[in-house]
Amino acid sequence: MIALIDYGMGNLGSVEKALVKVGCEVRVTADAGVIREAAGVVLPGVGAFDDCMINLKAAGVIPAIEAAVAADKPFLGICLGLQVLFESSEEGKLPGLGLLPGKVVRFRHDLKVPQIGWNQIAVRQDCPQLRGIADGSWVYFVHSFYPEPADETLTATVTNYGYDFVSAVRRGNLFASQWHPEKSAAVGLHVLENFRHLVEAAQ
Amino acid sequence: MLAKRIIPCLDVTGGRVVKGVKYFDHVDAGDPVEQAANYDRQGADELVFLDITASLDHRDIMLDIVRRVAEQVFIPFTVGGGVRTVEDIREILKAGADKTSIMTAAIQDPDLVNKGAERFGSQCIVVAIDAKRVPREGRDDSNLGYAPDEEIEWVVYTHGGHRPTTVDALAWAAEAEERGAGELLVTSMDADGTKAGYDIELLRRISERASIPVIASGGAGTVDHLYEALTLGKADAVLAASIFHFGETTVQTVKQELAARGITMRL
Repeated sequence: MIALIDYGMGNLGSVEKALVKVGCEVRVTADAGVIREAAGVVLPGVGAFDDCMINLKAAGVIPAIEAAVAADKPFLGICLGLQVLFESSEEGKLPGLGLLPGKVVRFRHDLKVPQIGWNQIAVRQDCPQLRGIADGSWVYFVHSFYPEPADETLTATVTNYGYDFVSAVRRGNLFASQWHPEKSAAVGLHVLENFRHLVEAAQ
Repeated sequence: MLAKRIIPCLDVTGGRVVKGVKYFDHVDAGDPVEQAANYDRQGADELVFLDITASLDHRDIMLDIVRRVAEQVFIPFTVGGGVRTVEDIREILKAGADKTSIMTAAIQDPDLVNKGAERFGSQCIVVAIDAKRVPREGRDDSNLGYAPDEEIEWVVYTHGGHRPTTVDALAWAAEAEERGAGELLVTSMDADGTKAGYDIELLRRISERASIPVIASGGAGTVDHLYEALTLGKADAVLAASIFHFGETTVQTVKQELAARGITMRL
């Protein structure tokens, strides 16, 4: 079973439907016990950084998230669900979860921000989460901020918008993307299917 | 590089897709869920559903369509038509849409844009602007298609293009952005359904001022028209209905032709 964390923010519906489409057994939950029992954890998110931290705290799910990451359980962060894994963000005043080293920064250029639409990923890690995903695949973005990992080896994909930025990170069974796999057509469903395989292997 | 988007638009009434000319005569163009899946297969970058009746009984039919589309289409989609309250936005997003477009209610109650953006995020609030050319004040010439650009302006229409307002479309576009709109869907009422091309001047003037994406709508008849909207009109995305609905061309063909002409496309 995969726990899809519901903390009152984000496009839970589309993430859930996409996971179900690729054959996952999903439970939408804010119950720390369910998250601890789950074989895989998905942290979605759309909105503002501080609101996300406040809601995660209020939902009481932070210790369960920390435990899942510490145990290297298959973990998928999406968009804001990637950003809060880092130590801080230029968007907010509150600290992030600090499970990954580095910070989240805003685009520094004259192009339109947020970046909305389809852009390409350069694949920088040969990892199970990106198995079968070709270099240059198109994925869907909606964001103004992106991660700057302090550890370069975390970088899983890079995207160009004005300049190159890190668009996904990975460490062991943890994978988090700034793009939305649930809205990235066949490429996105393939990434979710890779995640399902990881969860099944871990069970 | 960020791709320009091709967005088929499905006008829905009574559970069917229809296409009208200049907002009035409607022709049946198929089942919405089936059409959505077709467009996804053809490589559409996004979809827009407009509930053009939007009465209360139609609302439930529309929400049911949204739910069914969300189960099988994994690209972003927007639902609009008759969205009046924060609760309407919530229902549409909950049914599985990624964005809502607001038109009449945003003019009548501009705070709805702020409230929607604060509650659900700017990324899911698309402000739709129906604009129509009028002579600049003091000018007496009804032949606007031929008037020099500096002698025209655009007013906003509401109620699906039936009711004129005194609101200036360019000023409203800027205000909507300031209030938290994530994107602007700009439809030329003069061009809509004519297949004679977008109102490029309208698009260019709004795009040059906006720092959020502008989606061009109304008037697409050929690939040239889409090309003009994305280059001369500086739009980030183009919405089109008639050229796709009746099988004249496919999204895939259009994207290949635009890519061959140097536009960044997801292929």
